[in-house]
Amino acid sequence: MRGWFQHHGLSLIQTFARLVRSPFATALNVAAIGVALALPLGGYCVLSNLELVARRISMEPQLSVFLAEDAGKAEIAAVETQMKSARGVRSVRFISRDAALAEISRTAGMTEVIASLPRNPLPDAFVVTLSGSDPVLAERLGVEFKALPKVAHVQADSAWVRRLDALLRLGRTAVVLLSAMLGLALVAVTFNTIRLQILTQRDEIELCRLIGATRAYIRRPFFYLGALLGLFGGLAALAMVLSALAFINHDLVKLALLYDSSLRLQFPHLDEMLLVIASAMALGWLGAYLSVSKHLLEIR
Amino acid sequence: MAIISFNQVSKRYPGGFEALKVVTFSVEAGEMLFLTGHSGAGKTTLLKLIAAIERANGGTVLVNGQNVSAMRPAAIPYLRRNLGLVFQGQKLLLDRSVFENVMLPLVVTGQPYREAARRARAALDKVGLLSRERANPVTLSGGEQQRLCVARAVVNRPAILLADEPTGNLDAAYADEIMEMFHAFNQVGVTVLVATHDQQLIGKWRKRVLALYQGKLL
Repeated sequence: MRGWFQHHGLSLIQTFARLVRSPFATALNVAAIGVALALPLGGYCVLSNLELVARRISMEPQLSVFLAEDAGKAEIAAVETQMKSARGVRSVRFISRDAALAEISRTAGMTEVIASLPRNPLPDAFVVTLSGSDPVLAERLGVEFKALPKVAHVQADSAWVRRLDALLRLGRTAVVLLSAMLGLALVAVTFNTIRLQILTQRDEIELCRLIGATRAYIRRPFFYLGALLGLFGGLAALAMVLSALAFINHDLVKLALLYDSSLRLQFPHLDEMLLVIASAMALGWLGAYLSVSKHLLEIR
Repeated sequence: MAIISFNQVSKRYPGGFEALKVVTFSVEAGEMLFLTGHSGAGKTTLLKLIAAIERANGGTVLVNGQNVSAMRPAAIPYLRRNLGLVFQGQKLLLDRSVFENVMLPLVVTGQPYREAARRARAALDKVGLLSRERANPVTLSGGEQQRLCVARAVVNRPAILLADEPTGNLDAAYADEIMEMFHAFNQVGVTVLVATHDQQLIGKWRKRVLALYQGKLL
């Protein structure tokens, strides 16, 4: 039993040593695997950041109803009453043009702009919160409110959020497809690497068979090789993606400062990173398994 | 008790060449004998059948009481651990030291390192190569390389030693040296089967001789 453990340790060390002994080939292999993993991982990171932004924006369905500039007090009250009585409306909030202007001028950089205007360009407006998130309801009410006297424009605030959501879903599908294809590439890379390794160690494999090595003994180092390639490839992919994110954040922070905001890309979580490495090792092992099953049969 | 027994064994290679034709013989445990014949007579095939490197087409091959001709592939490694093989093509690993070459059979069978190293050095000592343990096999002379093969074959203390033309390209003095070693192993109970076409050697050692001629035992 001790010998068995020693052999596991030994074949791991020997496999590692073999990788180190041909650093150039190893680096290229690791880079190929790293890039194959970095693409879907990077896509995933971008997506989850967009999702975070989308979630921060209220998903509550709202309509912004902008009034004509010449709307009088009585007309405004009439519109409000009509909208409040419409079915599917939860609440109606009035934002006067002065209040809107005051709010905007509090936003960074806008104070001077607002001050330079000869007069308030904003219309009076209502923010109508709907009771359900049914897009058909929002659309029907939008058309209905647009027809009211002195209503200039109606905007459905939730529409773009929904559009973004649909886009994100598309992006997620793309990332899954990309992962599947590049996962296949990873298996192919390890398959070939291990094939070459089996060919270079042909004499040793033949000899080991003749002196009583079991099948497991002969296959073991190649499994380690596949898993190690996956491990290094996974680490390389993480290094690429993390440094790319840090690089982008470096610029993003400067950009966000100009807008007085604290926008920055989130790094993947530790468990996500571990998952990437674990899957890379599993795929490397799979490539090794396929290669060993096919090519060791050819050596008797 | 017979440690090796062939009962009406035939071997035909793909393509139709009949290497062995209905061969029957047995070897007693602790015996030392020669297997002789011209090249192509079937000496190597016979040894390969014992080590389950090839499989018989007919008849039964018993080694240590096990039917080798009907053995599961997974059981073959354990059969081979009881055999010491000295191959015709030497099969030394040139990317490792002399010591590591001798260690290999022990590593393969999962011996703890310390014990394995002790036995490897003992085997190297027996063949007179202990001082060369760090050398690369390429730097050894032909006779030394052959002695290294012998050390590798016996390091696992096999019950049976099979040697295929072990003195093939050695001059007489080196050949004698190798045969002396085989004799010494035989003295401590190892069954030794030496395939050779060297009639001088056979004449000198006066052991039982199995002679093959075109696949048949004479």
